[in-house]
Amino acid sequence: MITVQGLYHQLGGNPVLRDVSISLPSNKMTAIIGPNGAGKSTLLDVIARQSKLQQGQLYLDDQDMTQIKPQDLALRMALVSQQNGIASRIRIRDLVGFGRWPHHQGRPQAQDLDKTAEALDRFDLNGLGGRFLDEVSGGQRQRAFVAMAYCQDTDWLLLDEPLNNLDLRYATALMVQLRALSQVQSKGIAIVIHDLNYALNYADHIVALKEGQLAFEGAVSDVANSENLTGLYDTPVEVTKTEKGLFVQHHLMAAS
Amino acid sequence: MRFMRAPKPVFAILIVIMLILSGVSIFIGAGDMSWDNPNALQILMISRLPRTAAIILTGVSTAITGVIMQLLVRNKFVEPGTTGTTEAAMIGLLIVAAWMPGWPVFAKMTFAALCALIGLGIFFALARRLPAEQPLLIPLVGLIYGGILGAVATFVAYQADLMQYLGIWLTGEFSGILAGRYELLWIAGALALVTYAVADQFTIVGLGKETSLSLGLKYGQVTAIGVGAVAISSSLVVVTVGVIPFIGLVVPNIVSRAMGDNLRESLPIVACLGAVALLSADILGRVLRYPYEIPAGTVFGVIGAVVFLWLLLGRRSHA
Ligand SMILES: Nc1ncnc2c1ncn2[C@@H]1O[C@H](COP(=O)(O)OP(=O)(O)O)[C@@H](O)[C@H]1O
Ligand SMILES: [Mg+2]
Repeated sequence: MITVQGLYHQLGGNPVLRDVSISLPSNKMTAIIGPNGAGKSTLLDVIARQSKLQQGQLYLDDQDMTQIKPQDLALRMALVSQQNGIASRIRIRDLVGFGRWPHHQGRPQAQDLDKTAEALDRFDLNGLGGRFLDEVSGGQRQRAFVAMAYCQDTDWLLLDEPLNNLDLRYATALMVQLRALSQVQSKGIAIVIHDLNYALNYADHIVALKEGQLAFEGAVSDVANSENLTGLYDTPVEVTKTEKGLFVQHHLMAAS
Repeated sequence: MRFMRAPKPVFAILIVIMLILSGVSIFIGAGDMSWDNPNALQILMISRLPRTAAIILTGVSTAITGVIMQLLVRNKFVEPGTTGTTEAAMIGLLIVAAWMPGWPVFAKMTFAALCALIGLGIFFALARRLPAEQPLLIPLVGLIYGGILGAVATFVAYQADLMQYLGIWLTGEFSGILAGRYELLWIAGALALVTYAVADQFTIVGLGKETSLSLGLKYGQVTAIGVGAVAISSSLVVVTVGVIPFIGLVVPNIVSRAMGDNLRESLPIVACLGAVALLSADILGRVLRYPYEIPAGTVFGVIGAVVFLWLLLGRRSHA
């Protein structure tokens, strides 16, 4: 379990997170939702130790995270950040292989190569392995970064808007994969996501942020209702239970 | 094994070309090198071998510092010579030459490297403030910044009556290289090896800070090694050989386009191609107007500028 207590965070002098206390359950998928600028990326960055903890406590299975060495943390937690332009020309195969770096520090063994091959296969990148990162589409690049994080073989996988750039086939495939990883391989997964239909139907747990503060948190079955979501986005959101799962309707302003 | 996939044939061919060019470089020149000349061995040991070694070391070091600089700035169009680092080192060298002439060589070099470090630091601070969507802005700002530092260097040289030093440093050439006058370059060669030892780390740094930190890399430490290597190497090359423009831009860009930025694979190729390019420029400079010499820096300045423009204009637009 990852526990965040009394987290405050400032960026450029502005308070971005205020008194956030949440917990991310192990072996489950948590969706982090909220409007643009709510502080979702900042929260994920602080948890993944990308940004220094300014105020508050962070625990990974009751262990103070600030006491864990970066190279040890890299064996327990992988992050796919919100990608902006990559200047490097790296082959997809090599990029995914770098996910093994925390394990071998430059001297890959047979199991590292096996894991890399498995990751390429799992994320449908086999045909693209030899291509350069700057010569594939945004969605393919996004999948390569997810595969790299998977290759890191950690108990925790944190992903910041991994569905960006993915068409509906790959978006669904990725959500299915992530759910399988949490259920079959017992990984804890935290995913920043805007598509509420995916969030509500694939995640077990929801953390909702608004203007830097926790709006609500809990099991999907407890907190994912029209009232909470409408308040979160200040936009009419309607959650309907169907035979196949939850259906979220929000694209028609004054739907009757 | 990551390095097992390195394109061995390319590397082998480059090594062979480098050896052939080294042979040519050793045996052409004004002195008589036939076997019955009793002074031949002496010429070889004192002048020819040191010259060829200096060319190879400079080519390797300049090409590799170009790669490191491009990684650290995350921009393909920068090298120490076009971003003020070289000029900052020159300012340091002028200051010690004028006011601390009695200092040992090591202390002088350390001072020059420190000045280069400060120059680099200011350039990084400038580059960070520029929008990432405008990749050509960074090299342009680098050129202007280098121009300003160059003016400062000229001013210092003029005040201290050391203009002739500046003239020597500004055109890189190898005709003055003799045993005892180039050995500092071996340090630059050693730094190139250090770079290769941490090639994976540099490749990861090139993927960005987020990815580096997520992989548990000591981002600050690797960056510091890179910055230090760039500052020290460029100072060493300026003081022993002078400025050799464009190698640090042209060679890395060609290699990156052909085989990508996985440094474990590409650094050996970059190093060899740097040496081959500079050996060729030096040989060309020696035969074009034989028995006179055109400085290698001048030859490469012309060829490199053309190739660089071609690379710049022919660059694919990134999505
Ligand atoms: N480097 C920065 N300096 C100042 N403010 C920032 C910086 N980065 C982000 N912010 C602000 O912090 C807030 C939260 O950003 P972020 O965590 O990226 O939001 P989200 O991921 O939820 O869209 C936003 O209001 C954003 O404008
Ligand atoms: Mg975000």
